[in-house]
Amino acid sequence: MLDSFLVRAALAGVGVALAAAPLGCFVVWRRMAYFGDATAHAAILGVALAFAFSVSVTLGTLGVALAMALLVTALGERTHAMDTLLGVLAHSALAFGLVVASFLSGVRGDLSAWLFGDILAVRRTDLAIIWAGAAAVVALVAWRWQALLLATLSPDLACASGIDPRREQLVLSVALALVVAVAIKVVGALLITAMLIVPAAAARPFSATPEGMALLASGVGAAAAIGGLYAALRLDTPAGPSIVCAAALAFAASLIAGRLRGHFARYAD
Amino acid sequence: MRLSGVSVRFARAAVLHGIDFTISRGEIVTIVGPNGSGKSTLLRVLVGAQAPSAGHVTRASGLSIGYVPQRLRIDATLPMTVHRFLDLPVRRPRVALAAALARAGVGTLGSRQMAELSGGQFQRVLLARALLAEPDLLVLDEATQGLDPPGSASFYRAIEAVRDELGCAVLMVSHELHVVMSASDRVVCLNGHVCCEGAPAVVSSRPEYRALFGTGTGGAFALYRHDHDHDHDAPVRGTGGERDPIAASTTVHEPRP
Repeated sequence: MLDSFLVRAALAGVGVALAAAPLGCFVVWRRMAYFGDATAHAAILGVALAFAFSVSVTLGTLGVALAMALLVTALGERTHAMDTLLGVLAHSALAFGLVVASFLSGVRGDLSAWLFGDILAVRRTDLAIIWAGAAAVVALVAWRWQALLLATLSPDLACASGIDPRREQLVLSVALALVVAVAIKVVGALLITAMLIVPAAAARPFSATPEGMALLASGVGAAAAIGGLYAALRLDTPAGPSIVCAAALAFAASLIAGRLRGHFARYAD
Repeated sequence: MRLSGVSVRFARAAVLHGIDFTISRGEIVTIVGPNGSGKSTLLRVLVGAQAPSAGHVTRASGLSIGYVPQRLRIDATLPMTVHRFLDLPVRRPRVALAAALARAGVGTLGSRQMAELSGGQFQRVLLARALLAEPDLLVLDEATQGLDPPGSASFYRAIEAVRDELGCAVLMVSHELHVVMSASDRVVCLNGHVCCEGAPAVVSSRPEYRALFGTGTGGAFALYRHDHDHDHDAPVRGTGGERDPIAASTTVHEPRP
């Protein structure tokens, strides 16, 4: 079954969606979208460095994404507002990555695959890495779920319950770096944040609990992966962006359905 | 629980300096002070959310703290029912959640969204969550902020009932200098340093305070007068002429420069 590139692509997309969705809920709840961008854009630098030093691209992206996540966490809001700091870091990492890549003859033409993903070229080993990484992210987030939620609600309440909010922030940073490392092949560095926040945002109007939102976001993400891939085949469009477009359509539908439901609920009262 | 010589500085500004403070089991202590006097910072030091720049914090071993923060803003993107909120960070049986909600006076709200609650309901749910930890020390940071006088009076009565039932110590903060609970064993007056502390006196004869809070509050309020407009460099602070009854039971510390 894995012989078909289509099956491999679908499995890769679903794997990334399942890992990104619950983590994406935290990105939405904590307003960390820029943080996701910074980590994802740093991955391009990781790709360039991996080629320069002939190490595995997964290791390169993981290493640089992790370094970026830790750097952002360490810098905090000392001298600049967080969004300024993240904007500086995200775009600098992307620019440095592109400049470093320009020195490497083999990568230059190939770079769009890392910027926008190349899901149809996913091999069996990529698939194994994606599902192992996704499983690690889901396990990490599930393990720290309660503490992460409380630290998200209120760092002070977390402290009073003996939970260190900085440690939970670190858990999220590590999980984010892992998602970036496994998702870069599928949707590319520029669109990873979309896989994090669009399914979560689409799930919000129909969720009563954090768990419900995470599960629904996973469903939306997986459906977008399969739907986007199908559309890419039928319409001959790039696969990664098509997946994000499918997620965006799901978000638009959710927005309209949520509004209509609120409208009817008011009439019912 | 004891603090000795605790100071907290943010950047260059000392928010708290040389705080010595002790609270014992079963005691109700109210901290009063004007805005910016470091009340919330002191509570954050007590619950472990803020590390002191100097001094020591000593907790009895196994001390369980229930913390009701000043204000909790739940992001609109985070769906959260009351039951789910009470289940953080430890999941508990539904019966225990219902009991805590009933004790805080909001027994019927379990399946509502936190975002739909009124200010008073929200504070009571925060209280219910703090009670679930079976606290030895209940810490409330201006828990009645935003409630009207009858609302805060009934909130204080709920806290008093909880103390009587659980026997826990209660530490409260108020910026309403003249409003403290009649059940307070001790009032600590804070303005960067501990200005003074002592037992509150019930000033029931003053009609202007009665007019302010009414008599329909079930005796939950006591009135504690203290002036905060003093200059720390001034050698003597006098209330002048007729001494307030509170002065007799108050120890006045010289402010430290």
